[in-house]
Amino acid sequence: MDCNELNVTLNAYVDGELDALTTARIESHLQSCASCQRRLREQMDVRAAIKTATPYFKAPANLRNRIHAELHKEAKTRWLDYLNTWRWPSMGAALSSVVLFGASLVLVLSMPSADELVAREVVSGHVRSLMAEHLTDIRSTDQHTVKPWFIGQLDFSPPVHDLATQGFALAGGRLDYVNNRQVAALVYHYRKHVINLFIWPAGKETTSNPNEREWQGYAAYEWTQAGMQFWAVSDINTTDLRQFARLLRFSAIAPPPQ
Amino acid sequence: MAKNNHNELARFEHCVLPHLDAAFNLARWLVGNDHDAQDLAQESCMRALKYFAGFHGSDARAWLLTIVRNTTFTWLRQHRMQELTMTIEDDYFDAAAASSEIVGLSPSNPETQLSQQADADQLRQAIEQLPVEFREVMVLRELEDLPYKQIAAITGVPVGTVMSRLARARKRLQQILTSGATAPENTAHGL
Repeated sequence: MDCNELNVTLNAYVDGELDALTTARIESHLQSCASCQRRLREQMDVRAAIKTATPYFKAPANLRNRIHAELHKEAKTRWLDYLNTWRWPSMGAALSSVVLFGASLVLVLSMPSADELVAREVVSGHVRSLMAEHLTDIRSTDQHTVKPWFIGQLDFSPPVHDLATQGFALAGGRLDYVNNRQVAALVYHYRKHVINLFIWPAGKETTSNPNEREWQGYAAYEWTQAGMQFWAVSDINTTDLRQFARLLRFSAIAPPPQ
Repeated sequence: MAKNNHNELARFEHCVLPHLDAAFNLARWLVGNDHDAQDLAQESCMRALKYFAGFHGSDARAWLLTIVRNTTFTWLRQHRMQELTMTIEDDYFDAAAASSEIVGLSPSNPETQLSQQADADQLRQAIEQLPVEFREVMVLRELEDLPYKQIAAITGVPVGTVMSRLARARKRLQQILTSGATAPENTAHGL
């Protein structure tokens, strides 16, 4: 990977559209190239500016009501047409096969995957941290205070980045237990919400594109980077959580000038 | 028996209507005013209901957005043909580049960020003035966070085109951010 090649793929990289291998090659180039790091920061800046400058137009309530009324009117007339064309005898057979298929689908879908089990654990960890008022073992907004605290507590050193200037303020850290091991939990404040970021060493996969899921009203966002497994959990909306994850991924590669 | 049809409608309302905001937002960004956007969002929903029996995918939002996109473009073809003339695309970007004196890119520091806040209005105007084919990929990417593949499916162009439109639109907006230049006035995109 050289600077030209990176220039071509930078947009797709920041959009998270590249495969794990290309992503890893880009990130290893970024680590050693100051001018590409600057280019990445510029990309992040322009995107942040675009985000603030583009309002999301929500559908007005009267439109919602209008559509609701129109749909019910339409459904009524369609039903009358439907009755005239329906083939009655085939219905019983079709219905019973649908029921059988549905039942087997429910069985398959209700078995949680390994990832999903971890998702449930981190969400429980998040909820527990708020309920027990045991949010932080070390309370500090300074990444240079929080990071060393973990040394001696854990058999790995989690990366710690404060994102206060982007709205996600570091509040501290604590030890937690997820996936049958001790993990680092970093706590961030975003507006009036709390984000828990769980970190532990990844297994085989060292870099992966992010996955997101929702569980009982909480959003969870998961990715692997530089050999570490990350899970961000919060009650903020998925778009904000995604932004948080994105900023973290980038600050690991191109830290803002001090 | 009427229950069956009711269930279909209930399923539609459960599955598709939660994406009404996305539908309205896309239409609003494409046509630029509330009134037409509302009509187009409503028309799209009625069309969606009509085709709902044939929808077996898992992503109702992308499916609804495809319908909104097509409905809106049909409307634009009838009412504002001049906005859809893609031949001026290159002229637009060339003129845009020429009109902005591109100075060195500013480093990210708090001061720049402040002035960026102040430039938000100007930036929004610039996005509104992008050719509609560029605006739609920007909205689908920046506001809906959709992957390239889905944007390509919704807009009916190859993934490579989505990539290049995004890159060019962002570059244009970056020029505006760093130089304070405005969009060119010598194009068909009315100010």
